[in-house]
Parts: sequence; C-alpha cells; structure tokens
Amino acid sequence: MHSQLLTFIKKEFLHVFRDRKTLLMLFGLPIAQIVLFGFALSNEVKDSKIVVADYSKDATTQQIIAKIGSSKYFNIQQSLQSAQQLEAAFKKGDIKMAVIFPPNFGNNLQHTNKATIQVIADASDPNLATTVTNYVTNIINDYNSSLNNGNVQPLQITPEVQMLYNPELRGAPNFVPGVMALVFMLVCTMMTSVAIVKEKELGTMEILLVSPFRPIYIIISKLAPNLIISVVNLFIILILSSVFLDLQVKGSVLLLTFCSMLFILTSLAVGLLLSINAQTQESAMTASLMGMMLPTMLLTGFLFPIENMPIPMQVLANLVPSRWYFIIVKRVMLKGLGFEAVWKETLILAAMCVLLFTISLRKFKIRLQ
Amino acid sequence: MQHDHSIILNNIKKTYNKGTLVAVENISFKVESGELFGLIGPDGAGKTTLFRILTTLLLADQGIASVNGLDVVKDYKKIRNCVGYMPGKFSLYQDLTIEENLNFFATVFGTTIEENYDLIKDIYIQIEPFKDRRAGKLSGGMKQKLALCCALIHKPDVLFLDEPTTGVDVVSRKEFWEMLKRLKAQGITILVSTPYMDEANLCDRIALIQKGKILSIDTPVKIVQSYPEKLFAIKSSNAFKLLQDVREYAGTETCFAFGDALHTTFKSNEEGVLNYLKDKGHNDVSIESITPGIEDCFIELLKN
Repeated sequence: MHSQLLTFIKKEFLHVFRDRKTLLMLFGLPIAQIVLFGFALSNEVKDSKIVVADYSKDATTQQIIAKIGSSKYFNIQQSLQSAQQLEAAFKKGDIKMAVIFPPNFGNNLQHTNKATIQVIADASDPNLATTVTNYVTNIINDYNSSLNNGNVQPLQITPEVQMLYNPELRGAPNFVPGVMALVFMLVCTMMTSVAIVKEKELGTMEILLVSPFRPIYIIISKLAPNLIISVVNLFIILILSSVFLDLQVKGSVLLLTFCSMLFILTSLAVGLLLSINAQTQESAMTASLMGMMLPTMLLTGFLFPIENMPIPMQVLANLVPSRWYFIIVKRVMLKGLGFEAVWKETLILAAMCVLLFTISLRKFKIRLQ
Repeated sequence: MQHDHSIILNNIKKTYNKGTLVAVENISFKVESGELFGLIGPDGAGKTTLFRILTTLLLADQGIASVNGLDVVKDYKKIRNCVGYMPGKFSLYQDLTIEENLNFFATVFGTTIEENYDLIKDIYIQIEPFKDRRAGKLSGGMKQKLALCCALIHKPDVLFLDEPTTGVDVVSRKEFWEMLKRLKAQGITILVSTPYMDEANLCDRIALIQKGKILSIDTPVKIVQSYPEKLFAIKSSNAFKLLQDVREYAGTETCFAFGDALHTTFKSNEEGVLNYLKDKGHNDVSIESITPGIEDCFIELLKN
C-alpha cells in the first residue's frame, strides 16, 4: 500500500509541475504580492504638496520653514492664515500634510526651552501619511539638535503629529499576515477542490473508485502536494518579507511554522469539503473564490478591522479560520509573542481543522452518488 | 472462484432526480463466465447506469445484482479487486505519458506492468513506440488502446467496457474488437456496450436496450432469425424521391433508409410495388429480398 500511495503522490506532483500556468500562479502569487507590498512600502515619497501656517512669524519659524522647503520631499504650496483655509486645503485632496506653528513659537522656545509644532497629515493613505510625518519629524529633530549644539539647557521642539481620517494607521506590516492567510487559503482550498473535481470530470475518479485503492489514500495523495507547496510558499513569504520589507519574524519561527501548517491543513480540509459536491472545475473554483476568498479578505481583519463591524458580522468572522490564523501570525511574527499568547487561537484553529476533516472524510463518496 | 454466471442482474431499477427520471427498470439478465456480452442501444438507453450499478459506483433503487458471485452492495470492496472498468467518458490523465498512465494504474491496482505484460502485450505493442507521448496528444484509437491496457493491467476476472469504440475510427474499431476476442479466449468475461448495431454481431450474446428497458436478449443470429417479416432492399438512383414514393405506396408496412437502400416490409407481399415505382418515374429501380440486420430487428422491436 505504501508504494501505491507514493506513486499516487508522485503522479499528483507531475500534474502540478506539468501545468506551467498553475505552477506560475502557485509560486508567483506570494512573490508578486510581497514584492508589490514591498515596493509600496519602500518607495520614497518625493515632492509631497504641503501647506504651512505660521502664526508666529519669527526667525526660528522662518528657518524651519526654509529647511522644510529645501527638502526634496516637500513642495510647499501656500502659506495659510486660518483654520478654515486649512480644512479647505485638505478637502481639495492634493495637500498631504499641514505644518502649523503656534503664535509666539520663537519666544516660547527661547524662554521656556519648549515649543510645539502641529503636524497634520491626510491619513486616508496611511503609508503616505506615516512617511511624510516621519520626514518632517526628522527635519525638525535635525534642526533641534543643531540648535542644541553647545547649549547647556537643551531646547525642545516637539512635533505634535495628528493623523487625519485614519488614526489607527492600519498599514503595511498588517499585510504580510494577510497575504499569508490569503495565499494559503487560495492555494490549498482552490487547488485541492479543483484537483479532486478534475478527476471526476476526466472520469478517472470512476476508475479510482473501482479499484482496490482506498478512498482515504486518494484524499491523502491529493492533499500532499498542496501541503508541501504551501510550506515552501510560507518560507518564500518569510524570506521575501525579511529581505524586501525588513519585516523579520520576531517570535519563534518554529511556532509560526507549526501554526501555519495547522492553518494550511484547515484550508485543505475546506477544499476537500468543497470538492465533494462540486461536479465541474468551474463550480469548484467559484465555490472556493466565493466561499473562501471573500470571507478571507473581508472577515479576517487585515483589510477592515473586525472590532468596527456590526455584531452579526463579528460572529460570522469567528467562523472564518483565517481570522484566527491572522491573529496568531500578527502576535508571533510582528510582536514576537510566544505560545502562551496564541494558544487559544491555535486551539480554535485545531478544532476547526479536526471538525472539517471529520466532516469531509465522512462525506467523501465511495460511490458516484 | 468459478461461477456459471459472472454477472447476474435481477429486476434492477434505478431512478434519478428523486424518482422522477427512470433510467432503467425491470432489468434482469445473466452473463455466463467467459462470455462476450453486448449491451446494444442508443444514447440514453440506460447502458451506463447498468455499468455503474455493476461496478459498485451506483446503488440500485430496486433489485439485486452480483458480479462473480459477489453482491454489488455488500461486497463492493471485493468486487473492486477483481473487475476491470473502462468508463465511457474515460480519457486518462492527459498530462501524463502513455507509460506513466499505465504505470500509475498498474500500481493503483497493486501490480506492475511486467507482471501482466503478456495480457496486454498484443495491444500495448501497438502504442509502445509512443510511450513517452502524453495521453492528451494521442489519437482516439490509441487512447482507447491505452485505456483498455489500463483496465486490463491487473488481470481482472470481469471486464466492463462502456462504449469503448465511440468516437473511434473504423479501422481502430475493428482492431479493438479483435482484441476483445483475444481477451475472451483468455477466459475473461466481458460486458461491453455500444451504440453501433454493426458491432452486435461480434458478441456472443446481446441485449437490445431502449429507454431503460430490455427489448430482447439472445445471440445475434437468433435475434435476426426471430425477425417476423420478409425484408426487402429497394434501390434507385433518386434515393430521396424513392423514399417518399415507397412510403406513399398503400402496401408498405415499414420503410427506413439504410445507406443507399430502403429496407422495406409489406403488408401482404411485394408484388406490384415495382410497377408502381416505375410509373412514378424510377426507371432503374431494383428490389431484392435480404436477411435483416440487428438494426432492422431493433426497429422492429421498437414497434411493439
């Protein structure tokens, strides 16, 4: 029976490797996603249009404004006089940031050694907002330290950063766990369901059933290649995000791999379940996309925060395996937490995995009807 | 295990769509060990349903069936060990080569190509030169040969072939039937279905099946002998007008076009039809008495 299983698995790999388009999709997808997000992150933001409101108009503010204006990152559009003008400027949309000097800025700095600059950014694009506020903060800090040269009592200019429209700044590091969940879901669920339905379409399933080969081995053979491909994908994603995004795994790689395998197995079980009732590859594909892709995108929490959803949606989100996996990856990979921080989520994922496999194994038909 | 009857069906009924669509009904027949038995009928007659019931892929609503003395419901696992099956829409793995396909099926059935090579040798030798070619790139005839090899590789006691010659050219069809004869000589029981009436004569016995019911079961010769009428073939250069005219003739019982001739039966006798046709302008008309073929019998049986 062992050699039979091995031959079957080998055959499945042949299917995968001879279908160049699918192969390209399997390995191209995670690479493309990571590189795409990587470029979105690493791209410098140049010539951002900003406005300046100077209520102080003293030597210090002039110096800082000149410094900001001479930077390659910024392009000062206009100087504003009132809060109303500021709002109008943001609403027009092409202004990315406003730098506001309160009245008596220079005086305050000289007499109390402290002064505050208000920085307001349009955070509807969170990446851009973070980048431009970081730039301006650096410029101000730079100016600050040049002032402090030789001073006994350090002067402090504090930029007060305010993110407009998207104060949570959900952004790029969130995408890597999201991409992981999406890629595994896609590869495992879709490829598994399509692989099994393909045998039905070809008529080879009839032969396999009318053979001494046990149905459970058919299932194992179908799952094995996708499991291995997904583990390879996991490491591709981890390496790419480390190289391109400078996003290393802060926690244990072993723990992350273990939890990923658990999620991969869960996705495989979903694919198996979908394949049982589907009769054509198209319907299997549609079911995977509608049934798994959409919930993964919408209800996992990496595009839209689940906490902000209405209660029924939150309950629904709890049923989506990727939601729990997403939490685990965020904690282990981004925050560097250990198993004690994710055991609950891992347990939920494990329970889902076992349940889904039990159902699909029971429902797997040993006959055609 | 030797049984007088390799396949037994008793009062089998199968419906689809929750009983609204009757696929087969009241089907009973027996296939003797070592027999080449043909299920002859048009598309949708219920042939594939019967095959699937016998190969344990479908459960019948009613009736019992057995293969090699094993019940198709209770002993389905044992049956799956001793039968070979070639489904109608079987098209192998398109992206695997001939050799890979054959190797795969050999392994799945727990054997090797070498072990049963003599069984498939006659067939395999014809496609062996192309063994590194992918199955998707093979001609219809070669595909059928490969499929037959795959179904045979584990030396089954009973072979089920569901429309093996559909979509295959005439030469390959002929070769295919010669191969079946050789397999039969090795003692393998074969149940084969076909929509081609001319292939019926190549079987030991046939069952004519239509709309889920069996019309007749017998040897091809006896079925032809039981044809109740005298059959005539009428020919003329204007075949289309001839068909119309013969059908209009008052003494005509049935008239069907078969190739370039009209197979015709008459209510009483054929006298007078020749003059009638000459009056209608068929100067080169000829008429002769012929032995009916299976198709004539099939049409005759459908009348009842």
